[in-house]
Amino acid sequence: MATMVTQWELPMAETATHDTHATSTGLSNVKLGMWLFLGSECLLFGGLISTYMLYRGRVSDGPTPEQIYDIPFTSVSSFVLLMSSLTMVLAVAAAHKRDDRGTNLWLTITALLGATFVGGQVYEFTAFYNEGLGFTTSLFGSSFYTLTGFHGVHVTVGIIMLLAMVAINKRSRVPGSKSETVEMIGLYWHFVDIVWIIIFTLVYLIPV
Amino acid sequence: MTTQTAPDTHHNEVEHSEAEHGMSTRGYITIALILAAITALEVSTYYVDFGPLFLPSLLIMMVIKFIMVVSYFMHLKFDNKLFSWLFYTGLILAIGVYAAALSTFHFFLR
Repeated sequence: MATMVTQWELPMAETATHDTHATSTGLSNVKLGMWLFLGSECLLFGGLISTYMLYRGRVSDGPTPEQIYDIPFTSVSSFVLLMSSLTMVLAVAAAHKRDDRGTNLWLTITALLGATFVGGQVYEFTAFYNEGLGFTTSLFGSSFYTLTGFHGVHVTVGIIMLLAMVAINKRSRVPGSKSETVEMIGLYWHFVDIVWIIIFTLVYLIPV
Repeated sequence: MTTQTAPDTHHNEVEHSEAEHGMSTRGYITIALILAAITALEVSTYYVDFGPLFLPSLLIMMVIKFIMVVSYFMHLKFDNKLFSWLFYTGLILAIGVYAAALSTFHFFLR
């Protein structure tokens, strides 16, 4: 216990270096913060998924889920996003090996796969709208667009982070630990992927 | 928490340990292939009649995929347990809160 107290009282700045900095827990505060953020995101998406589950059968007007869902198309989109998790983890591995070229390559491929997914979502939304499902057409429509739209925004934010990382990395202006920064973007990206794993099953594959 | 040494030394040890415990490229590809295979199985439930196993099998496959990504791609399996606590606390809290909310609307009795 005495050891622990001593550690808590250690001044952080004294042991700080360019790439790493000491913390009272011995763990990266950035990483702790990111996991805490992802934990809180579970509550956000939990609310959106629950709302959809509650309202998916409430179709007063417009098409029903069974009438408009295109499972083969969404399956391909899901596969693309899943594979982007692989390329992301390869980017993190390359960053840990201080392989800048590999890191940039895998980050760019991840961004492209993410953009393909978002493009697919835009196409899907357009097709659904043309088939008569607007945002206010029914409770099903509202909850569907809100849930998948929020997820799409998260993917878009992830793409921006990936491309920004590539741009900053090319100029060698990454503040702090480069591998940790890539790892944090990776955690966010994988979280977006696991949310889609749940959405794909609960929203698309399980019928009303 | 595993902190027992001076913070700077320990931090370096943790970073070194993380780099060591990260899987190989082949390992990541294997995990991705398993995930792809499970996804293909999930999609097959849309075309093939699984009968009463339909819902449980889909939910189980979803949970397996979730845990695999979190454990291996997000390195939670190899990282400090505090990270797992932070994440799973949020997740379990979300499941509990929304399961309770849905049950007030008799969602599970439909």
